[in-house]
Amino acid sequence: MRKLRIAVPRGALMAETLDLLESVGIDTAEVRTNDRKLLFADLGIITMRPSDVPTYVESGAADIGITGKDVLAEQSSKSVYELLDLGLGACTMVVATIADDDSMEEALRHLGVVRVATKYPRTAAKHFEQTGRQVEIVEVKGSVELAPLTGLAEAIVDLTATGTTLRENGLVVREEIGRSTARLIANPVAYRTRVTEIDALLERLRAR
Amino acid sequence: MIFPTPSGTRDVLPEEMRELRAISERLLGVFTDAGYGEIYTPAIEYEDVLQLGATGVDPAYRVFDERGNVLALRQDMTVPIARVAATRYEGVEPPFRFCYMAHSYRAVQPHRGQMREFLQAGVELIGAPAPEGTAETLTMIARSLDAIGLADYSIALGSSALLGALLRGFGVDDERHAPVLQELAMRDFVSLGQALLDLGLSPKDERFIADILQTRGGPEVLSDLPGEAEQSVLGLRQVYERLSEDVAGRIVFDLGLNRGLGYYTGAIFEVLHPSLGAPIGGGGRYDDLLARFGRDLPAVGFALGVDMVHLAIAGQEQ
Repeated sequence: MRKLRIAVPRGALMAETLDLLESVGIDTAEVRTNDRKLLFADLGIITMRPSDVPTYVESGAADIGITGKDVLAEQSSKSVYELLDLGLGACTMVVATIADDDSMEEALRHLGVVRVATKYPRTAAKHFEQTGRQVEIVEVKGSVELAPLTGLAEAIVDLTATGTTLRENGLVVREEIGRSTARLIANPVAYRTRVTEIDALLERLRAR
Repeated sequence: MIFPTPSGTRDVLPEEMRELRAISERLLGVFTDAGYGEIYTPAIEYEDVLQLGATGVDPAYRVFDERGNVLALRQDMTVPIARVAATRYEGVEPPFRFCYMAHSYRAVQPHRGQMREFLQAGVELIGAPAPEGTAETLTMIARSLDAIGLADYSIALGSSALLGALLRGFGVDDERHAPVLQELAMRDFVSLGQALLDLGLSPKDERFIADILQTRGGPEVLSDLPGEAEQSVLGLRQVYERLSEDVAGRIVFDLGLNRGLGYYTGAIFEVLHPSLGAPIGGGGRYDDLLARFGRDLPAVGFALGVDMVHLAIAGQEQ
């Protein structure tokens, strides 16, 4: 049987994730020194965008993976087991608008609907639906802060850790939708067929 | 010009069809040799009849007939067979053994590779209570997969009643179970832990329940359980004791197993193969379903996805 394969998120979570794996006895030196390589078959590590982790784990291309709760909430129809809150990469999903005028309230009052730009369309739609407000979601792929500044939307839904990027673009947080930290997830078949390996890793991660 | 078929449907060409046909015939051969009679039911039925199943998966494709009745494509074979058994075998002494090779239809989400139309090979054993009926069904799964030469498969065995029993044991009434059951159905153990704490359970009791639900492994995991929990897995142990050695060797207990479908009442199972990321089949007990059609009989069954089984065989040959 091949080595247990772990999907590791690139980007902001990567360094912390590698430290975590290192701390439970998985050698990650080669991953750290080889930024362009994606598949480390000998180590059982694959690196990818955080938002691709659930896809690889659901299909079984990776047995387990690490990614943010924000990603899992957005892709909630993916059939993966969420096993452990790793506590890494804490951040908050927020609604933000331009600092000096509340264009979102104005749009809701005047038009009864607010345009919201986001990389998380399902999370944003659900939040506005649950709070009883009509919303028009505008999906963008990056630099969401630009949307209210240029009139594409009145508000944004985005993930923030320190709020610095929002502040620098003249935006303020109006609502908190939820906290997010990194989670350990597992493929539904691997979860039952590779019990010993997965439970051993879980135990070491819990004991940290 | 390209004339596509709807997403989630596909043509099968002769080379693959030969292989699928060979698998189907072997499976049906095993079922009928064991006394399961092959059954046909219409793919399209009255929607309110299908809805009686309360499967949690609604029929996805509906049309009006010439009189304004709503017809729907069946979402599985268990509900139509429950209807047949309850209504067409009046006065006949159970148990009834049925098998089928039939297509069912479900809604799909975009870009997920899910099938709208899928072929299942399955059996329904009606009027045979636990544990004997359950053991017979598990044996049928093993016999049919052995017959088509699939190695390395395992059968996850759990109980849809376990979490409810554990919660009642901690004094949580049935009407407060929903949030916890919901998180188990979502396979989210992090939120499940939180939902337990929200019910007022102590962190120690939360850990106790969460640990049980994350228990997987051989029969030894049943004996390692704390006393209070052991009672709720008694049914699983009784099933296991009735399995022959080779079938028992395929069983992986999964005490947090959840199948999503609403009609399951006791033991539930999923068939797993290491070459595929999703189960190749599943089933369980549905002791209340027949009563909804007017005849109160315990029942159990399973279905194998024929395409999934085919992929698993292809995966093992690589």
